[in-house]
Amino acid sequence: MNMSPNHFAGQSEADTLARLRHRLGLAAEAEGLLDVAYTTIDSPVGPLLLAATPKGLVRVAYEVEDHDRVLDTLSQRISPRVLRAPRRLDAAARELDEYFGRQRRTFDLPLDLSLSKGFRQLVQQHLPEIGYGQTRTYGQVAELVGNPRAVRAVGTACASNPLPVVVPCHRVLRADGTPGGYVGGLAAKQALLRLEAAA
Amino acid sequence: MKQPFEKVVQEHGGTVLRVCRVIVGVHDAEDAWSETFLAAMRSYPDLPDDANAEAWLVTIAHRKAIDVLRARKRQPAPVGVIPEVPTELGLPGSEDGDLWQAVAALPEKQRQAVAYHYVAGLAYAEIADILGGTTDAARRAAADGVKNLRKNYSGAATEGAPS
Repeated sequence: MNMSPNHFAGQSEADTLARLRHRLGLAAEAEGLLDVAYTTIDSPVGPLLLAATPKGLVRVAYEVEDHDRVLDTLSQRISPRVLRAPRRLDAAARELDEYFGRQRRTFDLPLDLSLSKGFRQLVQQHLPEIGYGQTRTYGQVAELVGNPRAVRAVGTACASNPLPVVVPCHRVLRADGTPGGYVGGLAAKQALLRLEAAA
Repeated sequence: MKQPFEKVVQEHGGTVLRVCRVIVGVHDAEDAWSETFLAAMRSYPDLPDDANAEAWLVTIAHRKAIDVLRARKRQPAPVGVIPEVPTELGLPGSEDGDLWQAVAALPEKQRQAVAYHYVAGLAYAEIADILGGTTDAARRAAADGVKNLRKNYSGAATEGAPS
């Protein structure tokens, strides 16, 4: 007889699974098992992956970074208990929406900077001091963190920023005024700078 | 490298749901599924990277299904009191519904062996680990289960033929 597994699939298995996965996210959160919650949102600079630990927002990733690879890295570096569970990202998603809609100039979110260490984390802690619509050079940021000769290291810290957009590494430019590199690609960096300049 | 737990749910969620439906019935399958994945998520960091995730999940589902069945026996459903509701086993009279009834009527060991082999695709040695017998006993239980289904399930078709 034909005993293929879909004999047992039922008509609404996809609906049932969607409901069960939602319920699993809530239960895992309630039991303290949800080490990394994530979701994806649409934005003018493409789909963004948002991930948070219980401490705060831990990762914002552009599509060019490859969301599957980003999740693999989170699984390795933080915890494999990773679930798509949008609720923990509600506030971050709302603030990003407001930012892209020019309704918000600063982010008011708990951040988890544990993906960065040492000097890189120090630079990333200081980047929010560059106000909305302003820019600094890599050299100025090096001075800002008290290490004026560490221009290259500042560039590395910006390039490895785990929280682009929210931690505004897009506001750091080369001394000659050209944009420099960006984790989300040059077009995304220019789009953010245009957005902030137009406000 | 250990993949994110979300991937485990994506890849195996459907199979575990079907196994749960076979073992505890459609009504209790969702509770069994939820208990299974919550327990799995708790112990996931300790799972060896090279482990067979599906066999691991079915092993957990097997234990959780037993818990669910025990809980149900302690609290028998007040069948005479609740209003009659449409069966969730499939469209009434459809071949799926008939299959569900035939599967539900199997002795427990046969139903488990059929589910773990034909629905989850586990090897008989893995099923023997779960059921606690020999590989031969697991193979026999699955074969007897299929024989019974063939006898009692009117929609049974021969291999490859449309039913």
